Amino acid sequence: MATSSSSLPRFLTRKGVPLWRDVVVLQWVAQIISAILVVGFLWFFISNVLAAAEARGLGLGFDFLRNSAGFPIAESPVPYDPSRTFGYALWVGFLNTLKVSVVGIVLATFLGLAAALARLSSNWLVSSLAGVYINIIRNIPLLVQLFIWYFAVFQRLPPVQNALTLPGPIFISQRGLYMVGPQPTGTFGLWLLFVAAGLLLGYLLHRYLLAYQMRTGRSRYPLLIGLLAAAGVALLGWFVVGAAPLRLTTPELGRFNFEGGVRLTPEFAALLVGLVVYTGAFIAEVMRAGILAVQKGQVEAAKSLGLSAFQTLRLVVLPLALRVIIPPLISQYLNLTKNSSLAIVIGYADLFFVGRTIINQAGQAVPVFLLIMAIYLGLSLLTSAVLNLYNRRVQLVER
Amino acid sequence: MTTAAETFMAPPARPGPRRWLKKNLFSSWFNTLLTVVAVAFIGIVALSLGRWALVTADWSPVVENLRLYAVGPYPAEQMWRVWAIVIMVSFLMGVSGGRWGGAVRTFALALAIAYGVLATVPISLEYLPLASRLRLASNILAVGLGILVGRRLAIKGYQMALAWMVSFLLTLLLLGGLRNAAVAPYLPFVESGRWGGLLLTFLLAIVGIVASFPIGVLLALGRQNSLPVVKALCVVFIEAVRGVPLVTLLFMTSILLPLFLPPEVRIDRVLRAMLGMTLFAAAYMAENVRGGLQAVPSGQVEAAKAMGLNGWQTMLLIVLPQALRVVIPAIVGQFIALFMDTTLAVVVGLLELLAIGRAIINSNPQWLLLDKEVFSFIALIFWIFTFSMAYASRRVEAAVGLGKR
Repeated sequence: MATSSSSLPRFLTRKGVPLWRDVVVLQWVAQIISAILVVGFLWFFISNVLAAAEARGLGLGFDFLRNSAGFPIAESPVPYDPSRTFGYALWVGFLNTLKVSVVGIVLATFLGLAAALARLSSNWLVSSLAGVYINIIRNIPLLVQLFIWYFAVFQRLPPVQNALTLPGPIFISQRGLYMVGPQPTGTFGLWLLFVAAGLLLGYLLHRYLLAYQMRTGRSRYPLLIGLLAAAGVALLGWFVVGAAPLRLTTPELGRFNFEGGVRLTPEFAALLVGLVVYTGAFIAEVMRAGILAVQKGQVEAAKSLGLSAFQTLRLVVLPLALRVIIPPLISQYLNLTKNSSLAIVIGYADLFFVGRTIINQAGQAVPVFLLIMAIYLGLSLLTSAVLNLYNRRVQLVER
Repeated sequence: MTTAAETFMAPPARPGPRRWLKKNLFSSWFNTLLTVVAVAFIGIVALSLGRWALVTADWSPVVENLRLYAVGPYPAEQMWRVWAIVIMVSFLMGVSGGRWGGAVRTFALALAIAYGVLATVPISLEYLPLASRLRLASNILAVGLGILVGRRLAIKGYQMALAWMVSFLLTLLLLGGLRNAAVAPYLPFVESGRWGGLLLTFLLAIVGIVASFPIGVLLALGRQNSLPVVKALCVVFIEAVRGVPLVTLLFMTSILLPLFLPPEVRIDRVLRAMLGMTLFAAAYMAENVRGGLQAVPSGQVEAAKAMGLNGWQTMLLIVLPQALRVVIPAIVGQFIALFMDTTLAVVVGLLELLAIGRAIINSNPQWLLLDKEVFSFIALIFWIFTFSMAYASRRVEAAVGLGKR
């Protein structure tokens, strides 16, 4: 191309190609048209919302979040009462979502691992049993399972007076599950600092000792020493902070209900069991595929190097299998978190449930929905960011 | 006369039952222990389940409401339309089975057998009248006739696809009827609020998957595109929809959508739920199709360009056919997932299968404590459909060699 025309756009200089056939022009036109279409749609929607808001007197701002909520929330990991703000209520809902998701993820992982190992078992009966579990659970909608767990199981438990008593004591009744458990006292926060410091120290020690072992070939038991250091600091903290940071509470049957103890509500329990059983079946398939993906030669090579069965599993099979397992596993974790929004059908006060209540109370449908969707979206974007990071690391190891 | 070498070469005899037991159940003390525990577990579960299902359980809310589970509150005097749709689908299923043979024919035959089982199910004639049983049985004929037609006539693949599309539109027309005064006497309008039960469940899933297909393909193409603005718009849509739970989307289209439209535009409830399902399915469809697009070797595109095809021709004639062929299994899987996800419509007040179950429990004080029976029945229905669809798609996949790339 001539130097004199380089400052001009390409389509002005190329006399031979008409405008409507020039690829660059066409591409720009396509982009501008699609952008105009989308902006036009948004404009149309937004102007309608503004009109509707004016006509019905709905607010669109986020100021209402500072108003008093005025509705109770059945269970909350942090102190809550109806005089707190809408924003705080939403925070409680978010914490409840996190609570059921985190506990569910941990339990579902164990269940999935157990089911995957059972499915791979050389025992035909155990393997088929796991296959039946996986194939039944995966083919029934989660919502139907939640209905069965909540309405047909947890609501049919005996009333408080005839509660099932398990050793512990653990009481199971319509009001939920009561058991002995730790309760934080005033010094708990301070003690947590010690625990964190202990974990950090243990981790650093472990890293240092592992590097030493790699350099010299002599083992200084990095894992054991690291764990001991962490436990030691935590134990030291327990006595340093003064009064014990945790104390045991035991449930006792009061006049109408149990008092004291740690309580799992039937809503939480039903949602948790439903999510764990459902996601566990999917995780089992993920893990089975990952373990099967490890080539036989790797195991044979490890054995011929003289590694024990446990070492083979820990140092060869698991790292190789994990590379296949982790990405779909994380997306199952994300599914579990998103599926926890089904709590609304059984009345567990998760983010979505609290959001619905706020919409009913304050009528602020648009901003509340934006907030809820943004939070879920944030969670999943965070997850996919972590996943991408992991994939990049794994790929580096691979090549 | 067999030589020693030949006897040596012979395949090993199938292990006898004793050897099989020894190898698979009692190979070590640990395995024996596992077997004993598993047998005990299976025995206890089977016994208590069997006793519950046959003795303790009261199935009256199930058998007395079969029509409600099937179609919900659809007007009884218009039931012939539903039957017509069922017959049409059975016939087309048969034609497809005859046309393609193999696993598809097996599926069609299984459908015929299922009709036979339903027609002779041993419950009182009061709950499943003779007329309904005969109609069910006539579907066996429809399937058989379809198989004959499919084998005799040389039907092309695209004609078959067209027939299914037409039947889909016909289904919607038959179910809804028309408001038009000229047609109304023969095909009166049935508002979508009266569609329900398994019918609505299927309708939501099928509409979702059919409507999401073109949108999903466009989104996938947009995401593969080199144009930054188009690409960004597609990525934002896909990731935003995939990042939120389906319930929030359903709520948005059901509750917020009226706010987003001018007051004079009213979309009815079922259609709004379908819109939510479609948006949701489109984002997942786009990712499936993108996988297919990536599976097409770049040599194909280069070859098409070398042949002198332009961009559109390359896409429509070379890339998309190959890409879509690869993603058929994924789309079937997505359909099954969507079929199960239709239960979420219960949250926005549609009367699909699960909601009908709840309504039945609450309709009679004597049934209030029978939710175990009702929900187990619903779970069984879902399981039969999803499991057989998944099984059939695996068989078709294996037979056609799809998804092997």
